Amino acid sequence: MYLIRSLWAYRGFILGSVKREFQNKYQNSMLGALWNVLNPLAMIVVYTVIFTEVMKAKLEGVENSFGYSIYLCAGLLTWGLFAEITTRSQNIFLDNANLLKKISFPRLCLPVMVILNALLNFAIVFGLFTIFLVVSGSFPGWAYLAVLPLLTLIIIFAVGLGMILGVLNVFFRDVGQFFGIFITFWFWLTPIVYPITILPKSGQDLMMYNPLAPILGATQNVLVQGLWPNWMDLIYSAVLGLTLCVFGWRLFKKRSGEMVDEL
Amino acid sequence: MGTISVSNLGKAYKQYPTRWSRLLEWLDFRKQPKHNLKWVLQDINFNVQPGESVGIMGVNGSGKSTLLKMITGTTQPTSGSVHITGRVAALLELGMGFHPDFTGRQNVIMSAQLMGIGAEEILDLLPEIESFAEIGDYLDQPVRIYSSGMQVRLAFSVATALRPDILIVDEALSVGDAYFQAKCFQKIAQFKEAGTTLLLVSHSAGDVVKHCDRALLIKDGRIAIDSSSRIVSNMYLDLLFGGKKVDSSNLNALSKEEKILADSREDVFHTRVGYRKEEHRWGAGGASIIDFHIRSGGQDYPSKIEDNDTVDFYYKVHFQQDFSSVVPGILVKTLEGIFLYGTNSFIASKSSDLISVKAGDSKIFKFSMPMKLNEGHYLVSFGISSGDSAEDLTPLDRRYDSVIIYIARKLQFWGLMDLGADFHCNDSIQVPEIR
Repeated sequence: MYLIRSLWAYRGFILGSVKREFQNKYQNSMLGALWNVLNPLAMIVVYTVIFTEVMKAKLEGVENSFGYSIYLCAGLLTWGLFAEITTRSQNIFLDNANLLKKISFPRLCLPVMVILNALLNFAIVFGLFTIFLVVSGSFPGWAYLAVLPLLTLIIIFAVGLGMILGVLNVFFRDVGQFFGIFITFWFWLTPIVYPITILPKSGQDLMMYNPLAPILGATQNVLVQGLWPNWMDLIYSAVLGLTLCVFGWRLFKKRSGEMVDEL
Repeated sequence: MGTISVSNLGKAYKQYPTRWSRLLEWLDFRKQPKHNLKWVLQDINFNVQPGESVGIMGVNGSGKSTLLKMITGTTQPTSGSVHITGRVAALLELGMGFHPDFTGRQNVIMSAQLMGIGAEEILDLLPEIESFAEIGDYLDQPVRIYSSGMQVRLAFSVATALRPDILIVDEALSVGDAYFQAKCFQKIAQFKEAGTTLLLVSHSAGDVVKHCDRALLIKDGRIAIDSSSRIVSNMYLDLLFGGKKVDSSNLNALSKEEKILADSREDVFHTRVGYRKEEHRWGAGGASIIDFHIRSGGQDYPSKIEDNDTVDFYYKVHFQQDFSSVVPGILVKTLEGIFLYGTNSFIASKSSDLISVKAGDSKIFKFSMPMKLNEGHYLVSFGISSGDSAEDLTPLDRRYDSVIIYIARKLQFWGLMDLGADFHCNDSIQVPEIR
C-alpha cells in the first residue's frame, strides 16, 4: 500500500519520463515515430518472404493468404514486448546509476517506467496490426478479447524475470551478458517464426517446458484462427510468472539498499 | 521543519576478496559472510536545529560526501539512523542526476518532479529558473553538450527554485565561476534569513566561516570536532598543512630554525609541513636543497599567514662540489602557476658579495618578505644556482612549487597583489598644480 502511494506521488515523474523518452528516441530522426513501425515491419517482411516464398512453409489448416504473416506478427510482436521489458529491465539500474546516486526517490519508479514505455511501443505497433487485420478481413472476432489476458501473462512473466535480472546485473555484470545470448537462443527455441507442427514429436513435447511457448501459441491461435485459448495449458506459465515476480520482488527489497553502493 | 538528527550513523562498504565471493556468499544457506567491511564513517552523532547553517569540512576521502548521501537518502546507512523534517533540496557533486540526452528544460522538469513539485507549479517556476541560471539558448539543447559550469548553474537554479527547509550543497558550487558563486551565496543567504537549514561542504575555509555559524570536521570517518566555524576551519587548515604552535618559552630562542636545520645532513625536505610531492625538481646537480623552514607571526610552519605579516623562509643546501659563487633564489606563484615574485641573493641583498662554498659544506639561506597577497594558497619554489652574475646562472638544484602556503585576509581586495592604495576625499587632496 505504502508502495503504491509512493509510486502515485511520483506519477508526474514516471509519466514525464516515459513521454520524454518516447519523444527523445525519435527527436533527432527525420521520420520520427515511424521507425517504431518500420522496424518490426521490415522484420515481418523478411521472415514472410523467406519462409513462405523461399522455404515454401505453409500453415496447416489455414487458407488465408495472409495466414503466415498474421502468425508471424502475432508471435513476433508479443515476443517483442517480452524482450523489450526483460532486456531493458536488466540494465535499468545500471543505466540510471547517475540518478540513483544523486537523488532519493522510490527505486520502483524505474521498472514501472520500463513497463510503460514497452507497452506504449507495443500499443502502437499492435494497434496498426489490428487495423491490418480488420482491413484484410482477417479479424478473429470476439476471440480477439483473449489477447488481453494473454498479454497480461506475458507482462507478469517479463516483469518478474526482468526484476531479477535487473537486480542481479548490478552485482554480477555477467548476468546481462549471459542473458543477451540466452534470449537469442530462446527466440529460436520458441515457435514464433516457425509453426510448432514442423517439430518432431519429441521436440513438441520438450516445448512444454518453455513457459513462453504456450502463451505465444495461444496468441497465435487467437489471431490466426480465432480460437479461444485453452486456459488450462497456460497455468504452468502463469504460476511460473507469478513465482518470478514474488522472487524478484523479494530480491529487490533485500538488495535495493546495497545496490547504490555497487553502482 | 528543517531539523536534522543523526545518531550513531555509520557506513561500511563490503569488500569481497574475489569476484566469486559474493556469489558464494549469496548461495551459502548458512549465511556465512565472505566479505570484509570497510568502514568509511562511524559513530556520527549530531543535531541541526531549524535555520542553523553548518559547514562540513574534511580532507578528500574523509567521508563527507558519504555523510551527505546518507542524509539525503540516496545511500543506506550500515548502522544508525538519520531523521529529517521538512523538504530537502540537495546538490550532490555535479548536476542533479541530469540525463545527458534530454534538454536542459526537460531535465529541469524532471528534477522538479523528482523533488515532488507538481506539473503546474514547475511551469510557473520555469521563467525564474531560466533567468537565474543564465545559460541562454542552451536551455533547449541536450545536457551532454553543457560545460560542467553550466550544469551546476542549472542544477542550483532548480534545487533552489522553491525555498527548501533544508539545503544541502556539496562542493558543487566550486565548479561555477566567481560571478555565479556570488549569486548562489546571495540566494543561500536569503534562504537562511527565511529559516532554511543549510549544510555546506566546502574546501574553502573562507566560505565556511562566511556562511556557517557552526562546522563539523570529519577526520578518518569520525567527527573530530563540532564547534564554531572559525575554530573548525582553523583546525582544518592545521590538518591540511599541519601548523604547530610554538611554545611561548621558545619564542625568544633566536635562530631556533637554524638549529633545526643544521642538525641534519640528510634530505628531510619532504618531511616538512606544507611540502608538495607534486613538486618539480631539476638542476645540474652538485648541490641539493635538503630542508626548509617557514616562520611567521611567531609560528613555525604556520597553517595560515595573516595579512601583510613578514614571512621568513629558511632553507638549507648541501654542496657536493666546490663553487666559487652560488646564488640562492626563491619564487612565489599562484596555484594556477602565475609568477608573482621571484628574487635571488644578488637582487635581494643589492650587493655583489660572492658566496663561495666547498664540497661537503651545508649552508642556510633566509629570505624575509611581507606577503602582500590576497587570501588563498600560493606555491613557493626554492633554488640554488652557481654563477657570478645575475645574468649567467647554472641551476644546481631547483625545487619548483615544492611548498604550499596559505594567506588569510580579514579584508579582501580584488586581484592578487596588495598594491597598498591610499584613499582621500577631495577636501584633503592637494591637487598638483598644472602649469
